[in-house]
This record gives sequence, structure tokens and C-alpha cells, in this order.
Amino acid sequence: MATRLQFENSCEIGVFSKLTNAYCLVAIGGSENFYSAFESELADAIPVVKASIGDTRMIGRLCVGNKNGLLLPHTTTDQELQHLRNSIPDSVVVQRIDERMNALGNCIACNDHVALTHTDLDKETEELIADVLGVEVFRQTIAGNILVGSYCTFSNRGGMVHPHTSVEDLDELSTLLQVPLVAGTINRGSDVIAAGMIVNDWAAFCGLDTTATELSVIENIFKLGDSHPTAIVDTMRKSLIDTYV
Amino acid sequence: MENQGMFIPTQTVGSVLCCMCGVRMQPNAANMCIRCLRSQVDITEGLQKNLTILHCPECNTYLQPPSTWIKAELESKELLAFCIKRLKNMNTVKLVHAEFVWTEPHSKRIKVKIRIQKEAIHSAVLEQAYTVEYTQQEHMCDLCARSQADPDQWIAVVQLRQHVSHRRTFFYLEQLILKHGAALKAINIKEIHQGIDFFFRNRSHAVKFVDFLANVVPIKKREDKQLVSHDSKSNNFNYKYTFSVTICPICREDLICLPPKVSSSLGNLGPVVLCMKVSSNILVMDPCTLRSVYLDSSQYWRNPFNPLLNSRQLVEYIVLDIECEEKTQIKVGSTMYSLAYAQVARLSDFGNNDIIFTVKTHLGNLLTPGDYALGYDVYGANNNDVNIDKHKGRTVPDAILIKKSYEEKRHGKRGKGRLWKLKSLKMEPDNSKTKMDEEKRDFEYEQFLEDLEENPELRFNISLYRDKEEEMTSMADTNDDVPSIPMEEMLADLSLNDDEN
Repeated sequence: MATRLQFENSCEIGVFSKLTNAYCLVAIGGSENFYSAFESELADAIPVVKASIGDTRMIGRLCVGNKNGLLLPHTTTDQELQHLRNSIPDSVVVQRIDERMNALGNCIACNDHVALTHTDLDKETEELIADVLGVEVFRQTIAGNILVGSYCTFSNRGGMVHPHTSVEDLDELSTLLQVPLVAGTINRGSDVIAAGMIVNDWAAFCGLDTTATELSVIENIFKLGDSHPTAIVDTMRKSLIDTYV
Repeated sequence: MENQGMFIPTQTVGSVLCCMCGVRMQPNAANMCIRCLRSQVDITEGLQKNLTILHCPECNTYLQPPSTWIKAELESKELLAFCIKRLKNMNTVKLVHAEFVWTEPHSKRIKVKIRIQKEAIHSAVLEQAYTVEYTQQEHMCDLCARSQADPDQWIAVVQLRQHVSHRRTFFYLEQLILKHGAALKAINIKEIHQGIDFFFRNRSHAVKFVDFLANVVPIKKREDKQLVSHDSKSNNFNYKYTFSVTICPICREDLICLPPKVSSSLGNLGPVVLCMKVSSNILVMDPCTLRSVYLDSSQYWRNPFNPLLNSRQLVEYIVLDIECEEKTQIKVGSTMYSLAYAQVARLSDFGNNDIIFTVKTHLGNLLTPGDYALGYDVYGANNNDVNIDKHKGRTVPDAILIKKSYEEKRHGKRGKGRLWKLKSLKMEPDNSKTKMDEEKRDFEYEQFLEDLEENPELRFNISLYRDKEEEMTSMADTNDDVPSIPMEEMLADLSLNDDEN
């Protein structure tokens, strides 16, 4: 089930939080509401951690992670790094990396198996991503945008990309990721998907502006709740079966 | 762009669901289907849908504020341009199309269908059509209102007077009024003995007119009002206003004997001086010394004086000899003069007796022996001015020359017509005039026209128009020393303006 919420009157909740299958990071806000919304949904499954990165609250855009690891930009302070290491499960590797582009969340999108990255990322960073997050790394663009982390979001079960993505690109991406993808919007037509929503394999959170239509697309593609495999999966089947074999 | 041998994969545009209604559509900037976008944003918001325009039913014109009236037919290009121009905030949108929706002319409504484009959200440009309804209010334009006004229903009258024997000042003033459009608001103009009456619908129009007069001639004014009716309950008073305006009796070329008081206040000027120019102030010059002084209106009216001799009493002289006293020329007003001794004889005496005057004149640079000149015959004049007796021990020259005369040269040409003409105010003629007055007026008008030809300074302020008919008949006739007006100074007569004054 997807939940709609707001962070201090902003619908871009993907900026202020990070959700994976193993942990959830939430920005330290002025009010407790934002934190409690996550707490009520996730507390019995994974830890919900209040955090800041480099003394800012835009944690969702600055870090990237999955159930295997968490990558933090070089602006992260020692104290913050220590706090995160203490708070999230020991199975998760927390690593600070020395990448020139410090908004890792904007440059990298990943699930537990595959990561799409900015085309200009360092070779070392690419290797670190593969090691720490345990994923295959592909340098990609989404509908001509190099900030792949901003314009797409995907879990192990499905994904959503920028609305202007062409049919061919959509096929190629879903072949790479091995999950069904759909072009869609969030927050009443906004195309910055990752800023408007966060998702893991069983929960999703969207900005308050998200309409019922958008919500139903999200629930279908990420297979949230008890929805059946839908027509979208059927249409995607061709691209899911590797033509190589 | 050339692809330079690169492989470019084909891109098929995908489809997304409209974020509002879920209908499948091509992605756009707002990611909303057109219908939802329409319901979300109204790009015609803040644009006018109803307007009132003023229409003059007499001349079928529309008011373009503040004061222009535009002539336009119904459903015409001009009217469409006018209608669109009247809409406010149109600079925020892009106008794509506009057309009239037919309406019954009697309905006094004009409908224009306008199609506009504007950025809605996230740089998504939306196009929308809407109808603007103009309510046509009937309102007579100034020109029509003036022509419809009853000339007898005036509120204010300006009684302009000059107590002199000729109408020269009024001829000149008429041209100035025409040039400046000062009397456009007058509903009636009446010619009166020694003056003109101007009638206005409004006191303020009259005040403005009097102010104009004060700027062009030295005047003395007085305002009176007469109670016509009054309503004590609502404290309304209804007056008729009368402005009595007197122009000073001094005209150009008049000979003046200054009163001792004025003469001494001007540094012992004169006492016999010539008036060289009259505008809002008076320029007087001593012909024997070339000293000149500007007298302003208030200075004159504090100590008013009358001319000793006026230009109707000019006598023709023949110049026998000129002896320049000094070569230096002095500028008075805008013309150069130099002092000289002249031997002159009256034209009437010439050949009859040997009376010759040797006089000092300021026309040294203009006259040559053998010329004819006009001047005042002080020797033969029988003047009864009180001022002249007060200046004891001062001698007045026997003759004072004023200007070169072209009488002889012009003799053959009289009445032959000119290449130019003047406009005239539409005036109600004076009923008490006799045939003689009529002839005198025509003669004075002819003299005024000659004055204009001789004096460029005089015609500087007025508009001359080319006379097309005369041009046809007398093309070849270009001759001699008689001054005429160069073609460049004339204006082509716009036939449009003809019926206006």
C-alpha cells in the first residue's frame, strides 16, 4: 500500500528520506509527523533512523543504498557516519566514498541487484558501488537525462521512469534491470520520480500531491498490497525474457 | 543535423496515464491530458470579457482614450484592431486569432472571438478561444458635440476689444487663434464694432482662451458674472460669465509720445518713439538713437498711453539723399537698423514746392536715394496729444520714416491675386455694418496681407496655405522687387481640415 505524506509542506519526500529493504533513513525535521508516518508503516520490519548528511536534511539525494550497503558522500561528518553505523543493521556495509559528484542519490539508482549510474562517474566509484552494494553497474541515461537517480526509481519487483522515456528505452532498461518498468508521473504530473516517492519491496511513500491515478499506477507496477499481476506485466513479458538465451 | 555515420536508434514516443483522470495519452510538459489541463488552469483568467466602448453616432467613430476618435465601420479591420487594442493584459498572452461574431447592429454590442496561447504549467502552452463582448455606449465626440451645440446657449463670453480705428490687430489675432486652435471650443464667434465676441459653453474654456490672449497680446481683463437662477435648497447657482478683455491701443508702426513718467522710468527714452513689435509685450524704439525697450503688459497698463499717430496716417515721401552717420548696424527685435541722415520730400510736394526735410532716420541701411518711403508727417500733423506739450524744450523731428514703400511697384499688381491664402474663423458678421465699413474692412485686409508679404517676422507665427487656383493662373508671373512669400513657407492646404474651423 502506498502512503501519501509531506515533509514540512514539501511534497518532494524522496529528497528528505531514503528507503531500502533493510533500513529507512528519515531527515531530522521540525515536526515529528514525518518520522511517525514511516514509523507506523515500517517499525515492525526495519529500523527507521533519523539522520543528517553533511549537516543537511536532503539525505535522499545525497546517499544511495540497498539491503547490502549504504554509500555516503565525502561531505558526511565522522559523527554522522558513526551514528549511521550504530543505527542500521550490522549486515549493511556503510561506506563513505570520495566521489567528485556528492549528490549520490541523484547520480545513482539501484535495487538489490542492479544499479544505474551517471555516465561521468569515476571508475573507482563504480567499483565501490559494485562491491559495497553488491550490484551490477550500468552507466545509463533516462529519456536523455543523465541524472538517472532523480528520474527513475525501482525496487526488486518493478520500477517507474521519466514520462518522456521512449518505448525502446523502456524495453532496454527493463531488460537491464530484469523488472517491469512503466513511464509515469508523481505529485500531480511531476516527472522527477525519485524526488516524489521512495519505495522498497513492500512499501511505498509518495508526496501529498500524488493523485489517485498515479497511486494506482505505483501500486500496480511495484506490486504493493495484494494486487494481481496486471496487464502491465503482460505487456512487458517480451522484454523480461532475455533474448540472448 | 547530420548524424555523421552514427547509429541513432529509432525512438517511439511512449504513453503515460494522465495524472488526473488516468486516460492514456502522449507525455507532455504538464503530464496532464488537455481536458484536465483546461479544467485546472484557465488561461483567460484576468483577461477582460466585457468592455464598454464609446461610439459617436454622428460621425461613426470610436473613442481611443484619452482623446482620439477612430473612424471604423462595423466588422472592419480597423474596428478589430481598435477592439483588440482596448483589451488590457493582452501582453501576458499570445494572440493567435481574432474574428468578429456577427451581432445585430441595433443591439449596440460587438462580439469578438479571440484565440490566445499561454504557458499553463511547466512550460506547457495551452491555446484557448473566448469571446469578448463590447458594449457600445453612444457618446458624441467633441467635434460633433460642438457642431450640435446651440450657439445661443452660452455660459461664458469673452468680449475682446481694441479701441482703435482699424482692425489690423484682429486680422493678425485671427490667424494666431487659428494656428493654435485656441477658439476650437467656442460655440459662436461674433464680429462687433472694434472687437470680437467669443461665446463658450463652459467658464473654463473661456478662462483658457483669455489666458491664451494674455500670452499673445498685452491685455487688460475683467471678469463679471450674472446670476441666472439659483436653487437655495441644493445650493446650486447658475451664472453667466462675462470676460471683458481690452487689447492695448498701441499697434506696430505707431508713433508714440511717451508720458514723462514712463519716459523717465525707461531711462529718458524718447519721448517720441516708434512701436516696433507687439506681442505679450511691446517693443518701442527711439528712431533717433536706436535705443529700444520692451514694455511688458503690466508696465503698460500701469501708465497707459495712446499713439500720437497711427499707421493709417502714414504719408509717402521720396528719398533724395541718404548719408549714413555710422556704419554699425544695430539689431532691434530681429531686424538690423542703422542711423542715417536723410533728405526727404513729401510725394505730394514733389514738383510743387521746394519743401525738403533733413531728418535722422533708423532706416539707413534699407533706403537708397530715389526710394519711396512711408513716414509720419509730424511737421504737417495737427496733433493734440497732451503728452507732447509736457516735454518742453525737446524738438520732435519734422518727419519720421517708418518703412520702405512698395506702393509704386505694386501699383500695377493690385488685385491680381496671390499664390497663397489665409484661413479665416467662422464669424457671425456685424449686422450694423454699412457698405462703407465693408469696403474699409476689405482695404484693411489687403493692407494686412501686404504687411505679411513685407515682414517675415510677422508671418513667423501664422500658417499660410498655398492657393491652388491662383497657382494655375499665374505660374509665369514672377517678378521684381515686390516682396513675396517664398514657397517653402506655405503649407499645403489639407482639404480634410477645410470644414473644421
